[in-house]
Amino acid sequence: MRSLPRLLSVTIVFAAIALAQPQLDQALLGKPPVDSWPTYHGDYSGRHYSTLSQINQTNVKNLGLAWLYRANTNPQGAETGGSVPESVPIRLGPGALAGGLLKSTPLLVNGVLYFSAPDHAWAVDARNGRQIWHFFWKTSGGDHIGNRGLGMYGRWLYLETPDGYVVSLDAETGKERWHKQIADVRAEYFATSPPVVIRNHVIVGLSGDALDVPGWVESRDPETGEIQWKWFTTPRAGEPGIATWPDPYAAEHGGGMPWQPVTYDPDLNLIYVTTGNPNPVYRGDLRKGANLYTASIVALNPDTGKIAWYFQSSPHDTHDWDAAQVPVLFEMDIDGTRRKLLAQASRNGFFFVLDRTNGKNLVTKTFVESPNWFKGIDERGQPVPNPDKDSQPGGTLISPNNGGAANWTPPTYDPDTELLYLNTAQGYEIHYQYQTGGPSFGSSGHTSQAVGGLEASLRAIEPRTGKLRWVHKYAGTEWNPPRPEHLGGLLSTAGNLLFAGAPGGFLVAYNPETGRQLWHTSFDRDMSNTPITYMLDGVQYVLAAAGDTLYAFRVQQ
Amino acid sequence: MDVNAIVVGNAASGAAYFNGAGKCRACHNPDTDFKGIGARYDPFVLQGRIINPRGGRGPIRPSTVRVTLPSGQTVSGRLVAVDDFSVTMIDDAGVRRSLSRDNEVPKVEITDPYQAHLDNLLKITDKQMHDLTAYLVTLK
Repeated sequence: MRSLPRLLSVTIVFAAIALAQPQLDQALLGKPPVDSWPTYHGDYSGRHYSTLSQINQTNVKNLGLAWLYRANTNPQGAETGGSVPESVPIRLGPGALAGGLLKSTPLLVNGVLYFSAPDHAWAVDARNGRQIWHFFWKTSGGDHIGNRGLGMYGRWLYLETPDGYVVSLDAETGKERWHKQIADVRAEYFATSPPVVIRNHVIVGLSGDALDVPGWVESRDPETGEIQWKWFTTPRAGEPGIATWPDPYAAEHGGGMPWQPVTYDPDLNLIYVTTGNPNPVYRGDLRKGANLYTASIVALNPDTGKIAWYFQSSPHDTHDWDAAQVPVLFEMDIDGTRRKLLAQASRNGFFFVLDRTNGKNLVTKTFVESPNWFKGIDERGQPVPNPDKDSQPGGTLISPNNGGAANWTPPTYDPDTELLYLNTAQGYEIHYQYQTGGPSFGSSGHTSQAVGGLEASLRAIEPRTGKLRWVHKYAGTEWNPPRPEHLGGLLSTAGNLLFAGAPGGFLVAYNPETGRQLWHTSFDRDMSNTPITYMLDGVQYVLAAAGDTLYAFRVQQ
Repeated sequence: MDVNAIVVGNAASGAAYFNGAGKCRACHNPDTDFKGIGARYDPFVLQGRIINPRGGRGPIRPSTVRVTLPSGQTVSGRLVAVDDFSVTMIDDAGVRRSLSRDNEVPKVEITDPYQAHLDNLLKITDKQMHDLTAYLVTLK
C-alpha cells in the first residue's frame, strides 16, 4: 500500500511538470506584450510597441549586455525532421548568410525564447541564453533568403521551411509533431513567414516570383495541420477583379505572394493580408490592367477566407515592389472621432492610412523624396504608375531601387507620440528590358544596374497627414544606402524610447519626440531582426539579433 | 543582352546637355579627361557611371572633411569613414584620426567631389540620360 507522503510527492512532481509545460495562454495573443512576446508582432496589431517603462530615458544610458546566444546550426545533436531522407544542397537567396542569419523575431513564452532561421529552430532560456533544444529541417531545396519567426498555439510551435512546408514542433522538446506541404518547391515556391495563430486557425503564406505561379494565403488546423480554407491572391474566371487582367490565364499565373505575417482586429474579426508583386515581374505589357489583388492590402475573414475589402498600394506594379510591408493597426482621433486605422509605409515610397473597417483611404503621401515612377493619385487614393517608367531597352532611372523605400522589417507605431517610425532608403537603379516581344516568365528579359542613391534615414511620420515630424539621416549613406531591411525593424516603448538599427552595426535608442540619440551599442554587423522587449523576474530586457547572434540587454546596476 | 542596344538617345542633344543644363562641363572636358571615354567603357557601364561615377577604372576620389570641436578648434583631412558615432580621417598632417560623435557634436562637414552627380539624381530625366549616353559613346 502506498503511503500518503509518496502519493503527495508524486502529485507535486506532476504538478511541477505541468507548470513547466511551455503552454501559451491564447488569451495573451490579443493583449499588449508585457511578460511575454507570444507572436511575431508581439500582439496582433503590428505596432511593435511595449507598455513597459522600466528602461526609460533616465536609465537607458546604463543599458548593457546581459547575455548572448550564438545560433548553433550543427545538425549533430539536433532534433531532426524533413521532407527528404538527407539534406540536399540549398540555394542561398539575396541577403541570406550561410550558417544562419537571424532575421527571426523571437517569441517569449513562460521564460523561453523561440526563434528560427531557414531549416532551423531554437528554444533558449531567456534568463541566461542557454540553448534548450535545436531543431534541424532536412530540406529538399528552396530559396534560403530568410526565416522571420515562429507561431505558437498551446504547447505547439509552427515553422515554415524554404522547401514549402509548415512544421509543427513540440515546444517542450523541439520534436516534430507533423509537417504539411504548403506549396511545391519545384515550382520555385519557398516560405519564410511566421505563421500567425488566430483562435484555432494557423494562417500561413508563401513566397516566390521566379516563375509565374499563383499565390495564396491559407488557414490550417493547429492540431491536425489540415487546410481550413485557401484564398488565392488573384481572381479566377467569373470572380470580382478578373477584369483587371487580360484573361483568366494571366490572372492565375499572376503571382502576388503573401510572404509576410498578417495583422488582426479581433473586434472586426478581420485579418489584414499584404500581397507581393505581380508576374511576370517586369513585363507589364503581358498583364495590362491593375492586376488585383497583387501588391495590395486585403481584409479577410479568418474563419472563412472571404474578402471584405482591398486597397492596392501599387496598381499594375512593374518594379518588383510588393506591398508586403506591415499593415499597422491603431486607433486615433480624427476630427473628434476615434477611428480604427491601418497604416502602411510601402516599398514603392508611399505612406497610406486607411479606415480598417472598410478600406477607405484617408492619407496617401510619399514618405521619401525620390520616388519618380508615378504620375498621380487615383480617386481611391492609389498611386497611378507612369508607363514611361516601365523598363525600356534604353534604360529607365527608377527610385526606389529594388530594396524599396521601405521593406519587410516592421516599423513601429508609438501611441504616446502618435507617430509611426521606420528606416527608409532612397536608392536608384536603371532598369532595362532587353526582350520586349514574345512570352516572358519571372524576370526574364530584364536586367538592372544599381547606381547609388541619396541616403538612408530614420523617419517619423504623422499619420493624420503623412507629414514628416523629423528625419534622421544616417551619416555616410550617400551613394550606397543600405536596403532598409538590412537595418532590422523597430521597437517603441512607454519608457519614451525608440529602438532602431543604424548602418555600421549599431542598435540605437532615440528620443521618439525629437530623434535625438540617447544610447547605442555596436555589433560586428548590422542588426538583422526586429528588437523585442519584455519583463522577466522584475527586470526589463531588450533583445536584438545581428548576424548569427542574439543579444540580450538590461540596465546594469 | 546587347549592351549597344541601350544607345537610343540623340548624341547632339546629349552634347547640348553636357555643355548646358547638365553642367557636366564644369568638371569634365571631351578633349582631356573624357577623351576616348566611349572606347574605355561599354555603353551599359558608361550609362551607369553618368549617374554614379564612383567605381570606375580610376580610384574613387575621397571626400574631404572638416570637424569643429566644441573648443572651436578645427581638424581637416581626407575622409576615410563616417557613421553616426565616429568620423575617421587622414588629417592634413598625414595622421589617421578617429573622433567620436554624439548627436551633432562635434560638427562634421563633408565635401564630396561627386556632389553634382548626387544633386542630379532628383533632376535628370530618362531622355537626358539616353542623350548623354549617346553623346559619350561618340567620344572614341
